Parts: sequence; structure tokens; C-alpha cells
Amino acid sequence: MSVSEVNRTKVLDRIRDALGADAPDMWRQVDVRHRLVTHPSGTIPARSLGNHEACLTLFSGMLSSQGADVARVHDPEGIVKAIAAYLAKFELSTELRISEEPVLVTLPWLLAPRLKQIYGEPSAADKIGLSRAIAGVAETGTLFLVSGAGNPTSLNFLPETHIVIVDEGDIVGSYEQAWDNLRGLYGEGTLPRTVNWISGPSRTADIEQTIIRGAHGPKCLFVVILDEQGP
Amino acid sequence: MTALSPDFKANAAKALANADLQRALLNVKRGFVMKRASAKARLPEFDRLRNEARAIKLHTLSHLDLYLEYYERKVAESGGHVHFAPTAEDAREIILKLCRDAGAKLVTKGKSMVSEEIGLNACLEAAGIEAVETDLGEYIAQMRKEAPSHLIAPIIHLNKETIAEDFRLAHVGLPSDRTLASAADLVAEARTVLRRKFVSADVGITGANLLIAETGTSVVVTNEGNADLTQALPKMHIVIASIEKLVPTLEDACTILRLLARSATGQEITTYTTFSTGPRREGDADGPRAYHVVLLDNGRSEMLGGSFNDMLSCIRCGACLNHCPVYTTIGGHAYGSLYTGPMGAVLTPALLGIDHARDLPNASSLCGRCEDVCPVRIPLPSMLRAWRERDFARGNPSLTERMALKLWVYAAKRPRLYHTLSGAIIKMLAALAGRTGRLRRLPFASAWTRGRDLPAPQGKTFHQLYAKRSRG
Repeated sequence: MSVSEVNRTKVLDRIRDALGADAPDMWRQVDVRHRLVTHPSGTIPARSLGNHEACLTLFSGMLSSQGADVARVHDPEGIVKAIAAYLAKFELSTELRISEEPVLVTLPWLLAPRLKQIYGEPSAADKIGLSRAIAGVAETGTLFLVSGAGNPTSLNFLPETHIVIVDEGDIVGSYEQAWDNLRGLYGEGTLPRTVNWISGPSRTADIEQTIIRGAHGPKCLFVVILDEQGP
Repeated sequence: MTALSPDFKANAAKALANADLQRALLNVKRGFVMKRASAKARLPEFDRLRNEARAIKLHTLSHLDLYLEYYERKVAESGGHVHFAPTAEDAREIILKLCRDAGAKLVTKGKSMVSEEIGLNACLEAAGIEAVETDLGEYIAQMRKEAPSHLIAPIIHLNKETIAEDFRLAHVGLPSDRTLASAADLVAEARTVLRRKFVSADVGITGANLLIAETGTSVVVTNEGNADLTQALPKMHIVIASIEKLVPTLEDACTILRLLARSATGQEITTYTTFSTGPRREGDADGPRAYHVVLLDNGRSEMLGGSFNDMLSCIRCGACLNHCPVYTTIGGHAYGSLYTGPMGAVLTPALLGIDHARDLPNASSLCGRCEDVCPVRIPLPSMLRAWRERDFARGNPSLTERMALKLWVYAAKRPRLYHTLSGAIIKMLAALAGRTGRLRRLPFASAWTRGRDLPAPQGKTFHQLYAKRSRG
């Protein structure tokens, strides 16, 4: 046996000894399998069980209270205009590092000729990053972003300002609902390499418990909700 | 894990006399406690979630071998590797070998208590590999060659003036007349310095707040985003975690995550919660090429199924520290252990042996606040008592302590004698106190009265009053 096999056997044997368990004990196996297959949910907070409109309101409210800026727009043109207005208002860079999501690439960028779109691997010098969230969770104003082709994880952390687009149809009440949607996309028991839950701009309170924004990640988080059904 | 400074009593005395530390500890006593209380008030389901989290943890622990095997299989399916480490030394060897094989010169690190427990930084540095802590608090602690003094606020004991001095010494090459007056100045400087480290690191090492068996995933939470830059940019990601971090499913992880930030900082959720499964996939735009998980035992399997089994359900939120009258009076360093406060007073003797930590279970008034706030309802006070009993059974306390206890037992077994004696002592104390009603010094307990007065007992004993009431 190799050293790593010896180590593995040692730890697992010690655990079985301490638990007084036999490895092939059928009932323990059944218990474990059952839980993994059924993945029962715990208590879901009542606040996330409201109707869709209530979830949208809670989602925006939680994000704002955690230091993010939120806008709700009704068409792709609205996204481009909201981004241009946001960058102008805070006098931020007009160069956007964009994740190569079809939805983002095909936005009507011509509406904002001053904005420059750059694609490809993010760099530490990027000022503005633009990504799409696969889900939003109302309960705590939490965005779900996944890694994948054209979707670098580092884009969520390197730029000073992070702009995230989320479709209102992808906003759900609880984390569990979002996981169920992901199971539908990726299969049971399978996740993309990275799932980032993001609930506000980067912050630290390590020095004298004073909250400072932009510790290592973005100083600003701007969330644009695309609500094509809305008023 | 080695004892950092085993003389608890001397450390505590020093801490009490340290004015800066006492000022800093007010932040714990006021800030964290208040913030947790309001987060709890905003979530009516909080207590029910605590029961569920406890049940999840205890279920996992009683099936730990099977969940670990399943977890290991899922990690392998996603292209990652799991390494079991029976001891701290094994864990260091495994990680050092991984770093060497990757040709690592620079390693960035997310905050990890387990990494501190195995003394990883010293081991890497001895091998000529630079290891940089990237959590702001840990970065400053590392710069000062200090251990973290709080589970989630490692440098709670420092003020910003001290940190500014440290930065001027450590960050050479920056203009000496730069302003470092505010916390924001300090954060900005650390951001710039650490950014360079992030982009040039060869290996990123993070801890894990949770491991998920269902998907073979490691989870790490931060507010800074440092653990994310640590793991997303280098070519290898190593996770160091202890075996009891495992939970069965994504749903179980959600239940625990609902409690973690609220109990720790009073936030609804941490800014970043990151789920990592294996290395970069085909077609992925970035991410590490290799993903390794080192699972540390280091004495934990021996706790399973015994008196201290429940301690393994700890999620390291720090609420028991923040609510502990002893911790908030002396701070973390006095414990002389990496793990401090009530959770540390139970865990340290289990990991190091009671002989190396016998003062810790005694540093408690057993007031029970820790158990009241624990998100997984660990019966900390009864575990502290269990350690005291074990310690006593081993003949550890001094002869005077044992004699005093024997005298008390002798009297307590004889009600008549006990009543007479207690009545007499009460009268004597009242007489000694005189008109002020306070005793400034007590015979045999001068150390206790050095910091406070004892209000003298008023009137009669409880038994005398009770007897009088029943008659009347």
C-alpha cells in the first residue's frame, strides 16, 4: 500500500472504531444513500415564500441594504442605458471587461458609443467587469454566478466595479430553489467548477471593526434586473 | 497543534492590565453581540434552524466514514484529489510535496484555522516557499508574527495606529510621508500590495467552512473576496479542512449557512460564499488546473462517539467567544491556544491533552451564555465540567484546593453544621464590611478582591429566611 492509502485506511478505521461501526453495515449505508438522493430541505424562511413580485422587491431591498446599487429595466436597451448612466454618475471608466455570454455580447451597445467593450481573460488592471447571474435569491439578495466557457470567475473579483445582469425570471425566493434550478441545468450531484454567491461589494471590518468597502474585490456592485414583463 | 503560551494565569493577568487590549475588547462585547441579536430578531426561524443544524451535524458525524467515502468519490469524479492526513505532520508533508511538485515559489492563502493548527506557514517558509496570508486580519497578524486572537476577527486586539506602524516597517519602497491615518488608508495600501501577490502566486491554499458530500464540493465564505482571488488565479488550488466539516447535501449546507454569518458578524450572509468542485473544466475561461483537498484528522476521530463528540459540530462562528465574560475580559491570546473562548477551552484539551491545557476548562463561570448562543447548540458548559471532572480524577488540582473541597463536602453533608457555619460566616462578613456594606479585601481570596469589592451578605441565610417564612 502507498503512503496515501495507509493514511486513508488509518483515518477511516479510526472513525469506524470510535463509532463502533462495521463498514458493510447495510442500514447505515441505506440511511446515507437515502439522504444523498432525496436531499431533504430544512426550514425555508417565510420571508422568501412570497409571490414573485414580493421576491423581486425583497431581492432588491436586501442587495441595497448590503451596499449594492440596483436598477430594474424593461428591455436590453435599458441595460445599456443603465450601465452608461451608472458609470457617468460615479465618473467611472468606460472600458468594460465583458464575460462572453450571448446575452451580454448581443446587447445593443451602439446606444452608448462611449462605452468600450473588451472580451477575453480578465486582468488585474480592469476597472469595470460585466457578468450575468444564473440566479438571484430574494432571501438575502444573493446572486449566483457560475464558471464556464466565456465566464471567468476572476471577472467577479478583479475589477473595482462589478456589474451583474440578472433576468427577473431567474430570481427565486430561497437558496434551495436556486439549487434545484441548477440541478436541472447541470444534473443531480453535479456543479460547475465554481459557483459564486455574491451578496454585495467586497468589504472588511478587520481594522477596529470599521467597515471599509473594496477590501480585495469590487468596491461597487451594480445589479441590473431585466424585467421584460414588468410595467 | 502546539501550545503557544501555556501559562494561562500569568497571561490573563497581563491581559487585564493591557489598556489597549481592554479598549479593543469593547468592540467584541458591544458590536458583535448587538449585531447578532438583531440578525436573529430579523429571522423568526432562527431557533428552529439551530435545531436542524445540530441534527445535520450529529447525523453526519455518526455516519462520517460513509459520507467521507462518498465525498472522496465525488471529488475524484470532478477531477480533484482527496488526501487523508491522520496527523498535523502528515498534512504538512502532503501539502509541501504538492507545492514542490508544482514548482511553487509563492503561495497565497485564504484564512484557515486548520492551516494555523498544523503550522503550515512555518513549514512552507522553512522549505523556501513564501506563504502570504491574504485575509486582511491574518495578513497583519502574519506581519507581526502573532497568532490570530479571534476566530473571525484575528486582529481584534490591535488599533489602527499600531497597524500603521507595522505597515511602514513592512511595506518598504513606498513614500515615507504617505498618509495612513484611517482604516480606509490601511485597507487601500494592503489591497495594492496583496494584488501583486495574487497575480503572481503559483499555488492558492484555502480552508473550508463546509464540505459537501453530494457534489464533492468545498465551500468558503469571506467578505473580502480574498479566498476567491487566492483560488481562481494560481495553477493549483489546495483546500485544507478537518474531517468534521462535511455535510451531506447542498440543502444541509444552506441550513448551516443561514446560521453562520448571523451568528458570527450579524450579517444576513457573508458577501461571498464560494462553492468549488474540482479543477478547471474543459472550455472554462479560467480557474486552477489542479484541485487537491487535504482532510485532517489530528485527534478528531478519537472525539467521535465520546463525551466530546458534539464539539465536532462546531462551525467556528465565534459567537461563544463574543458572548463569554471571560473571553471579553482577557482576549484570545491569554488562552495560549489557537482555539480560544469556550469552544477553545473544550477543543484545546481534546487536541493537546488535558495536561497541556488544564487551566482552560477552569476559566469559566459556567454562566451558560455560550450554549445559549451556539448555532448548533453544543453543550459547552457541561463539556467544560466534564474536563474539570477528568482533571480532578487525575489528581491534578493542588493539595490546598483538594483540602478546601474536602472541608466543604464534610460540611455540606451535615445540614445542621452547614447552617450554623454559614450563619456565622454571614454575620462575620457583615460585621467586617461595616457601614459601607462592601468588603475591599477578603482573607484567602486577596487575588479576587484586587479587581473588585465583595458586597457583604445582608441579614440572614436563605435557610433561616425559608424557615421563618414557612412558620409565618
